[in-house]
Amino acid sequence: MAEGRNDDVILAAEGLELAFGGVKALRDVTMSVSRGQVASIIGPNGAGKTSLLNCISGRYKPQRGRIRFDGRDVSGFKPNKRGALGLGRTFQNLALFNHMTVLDNIMVGRHHLLKNNFITGSVYWFTGAQREELDHRKEVEDIIDFLEITHIRKAKAGTLSYGLRKRVELARAVALKPKLLLLDEPMAGMNHEEKEDMARYILDLNEEWGLTVVMIEHDMGVVMDISHRVTVLDFGEKIAEGSPDDVMGNPRVMEAYLGEDTNAAAGDDNGRGTAAS
Amino acid sequence: MALGANSMRCGEFRTSYRQDSTIFPTPMSRNFAIAGVLLLMVSPVFLQPYHLNILIQIGYMGIAALGLNILVGFSGQISLGHAAFFGFGAFASAWINSSFGIPVILAIPLAGVLTTAVGMIVGIPAARIKGLYLAIATLAAQYILEDFFNRAVWFTGGSAGSLANPLSLFGYQMTTDTRYFYVVLAFVVVMYLLGTNLIRSRDGRALVALRDHYLSAEIMGINLTKYRILAFGISSFYAGVGGALFAHYLGYVSAESFTILLSIQFLGMIIIGGLGSIMGTLMGTAFMVLLPEVMEGGVGVIADFMPGIEQGLAYIKEMAIGLAIVLFLIFEPEGLAHRWQLTKAYWKLYPFSY
Repeated sequence: MAEGRNDDVILAAEGLELAFGGVKALRDVTMSVSRGQVASIIGPNGAGKTSLLNCISGRYKPQRGRIRFDGRDVSGFKPNKRGALGLGRTFQNLALFNHMTVLDNIMVGRHHLLKNNFITGSVYWFTGAQREELDHRKEVEDIIDFLEITHIRKAKAGTLSYGLRKRVELARAVALKPKLLLLDEPMAGMNHEEKEDMARYILDLNEEWGLTVVMIEHDMGVVMDISHRVTVLDFGEKIAEGSPDDVMGNPRVMEAYLGEDTNAAAGDDNGRGTAAS
Repeated sequence: MALGANSMRCGEFRTSYRQDSTIFPTPMSRNFAIAGVLLLMVSPVFLQPYHLNILIQIGYMGIAALGLNILVGFSGQISLGHAAFFGFGAFASAWINSSFGIPVILAIPLAGVLTTAVGMIVGIPAARIKGLYLAIATLAAQYILEDFFNRAVWFTGGSAGSLANPLSLFGYQMTTDTRYFYVVLAFVVVMYLLGTNLIRSRDGRALVALRDHYLSAEIMGINLTKYRILAFGISSFYAGVGGALFAHYLGYVSAESFTILLSIQFLGMIIIGGLGSIMGTLMGTAFMVLLPEVMEGGVGVIADFMPGIEQGLAYIKEMAIGLAIVLFLIFEPEGLAHRWQLTKAYWKLYPFSY
């Protein structure tokens, strides 16, 4: 592939194929995200949304296909390298460092931006490690302030409520100074008010902090309201892509979600009895 | 949020991030620690050599135990070979000093560096395996190193052991307990400060992140392989320095001192003290070193009523250590450090604890 750098597209997944034994999690999935967008991935349970996110962030290695991020082919990169390049993510099931304080959790996000190491860090006062830590603390405090978690910054992450943990995870991902933020069900298990807050944070991150966001979400209301572009997966295949309105009207999407055989669309009729909303 | 260990005292105001990231949470606690060190500095005046000997033991064992706590408590790996690193440091320091004529005071940190290298080699399996499997891999390292101590005559003097020259500083030979006590005290203070700083800076946080959730740590940009091996390296450095201090205190190093039993003892120290707690390490070491001594005293008292119990002294010591570990695992799995935190929190709110 030519090293043609397209500054508009920040993330491009091309022809991803992922299989676990005989189970095909992703079949020839291609998607791209433009800089500054909020892109959503939707689909019924087991459609391969999280698998796709895991391929992008490097947890899974697709058998075929390439992933280009920020003008670079990152297909062979390990997750930590992708993180350092500016790919932040949160997890569907909470993955905080439970015994660390909220502040330390978020400071871990600064890992690739900090320069002190086990030697300079150990002698703290004499190598500028202290100054560096404090400078980063200042920036981390901005994030804490923005996400309104100031009151819990010294609490152990494992002691927090679900909604707060989700927010801390978001804070940790933002601390990475990502160019692209991958959010895996940021609003799962939240009540209405918490969802509204979270949607507001995501919008602000996108509009004011200039982050490109890719998120998986089941709440259609939120997805339709805040995303610029929606990709729909079903059984590991991309069945639709486009603006929220286009996708909503797409018959294949309706079929996948409602399980109706409206237009007698596909040839395979092995009982796609999946319903999710 | 529950009040307690996390809540600040009244009258305590922090106005900068620097004040919020100090080693000691309050100026008061810092002053207490300084006072503690000062008290130790004058203690040789009124302590007998027997007590100083115990303090010195706590010192060098405590340094090595801190290394193990960084590996087990902070980075969540396991090692059954810590005594071997401790021993390697002891032999290395004696060897560096006698073979190259490097002064002991430099040989000690150099021995630490050498042990770091060995530790990182032993740590290579850690990049791939975890938990019980890693424990067995480090167990293998323990036996390999023990065997090495017995065979590498050029390095360790073989089964005869090797002599370690006493430490001399500014023309003073640190041969008496009193003098050596100051050396160990200085090392303890420095090593514990280094350890604390490590944990509150970038790489220390990375190690803890690795322990709590290695998958998300990797997503955060932390190289798992590098940090797993690094944890072994750092841990071995502390073990090596502790071992070197031990060598130059006794003046003679022999392979028999570094068996798996000592490894288990180190593990006992950090479990009793508190996994993942710097101060707990020192408390646990003190506990483990003092326990047999207290037993000895206790047996001496009981012997007045039950003659003949002295013969069982060795067994009673061993049993006491075992019992202590079991009791701690049941009643205070988070160790002495946690108990100490609870005590402090209790007094913070006394008498209105709710």
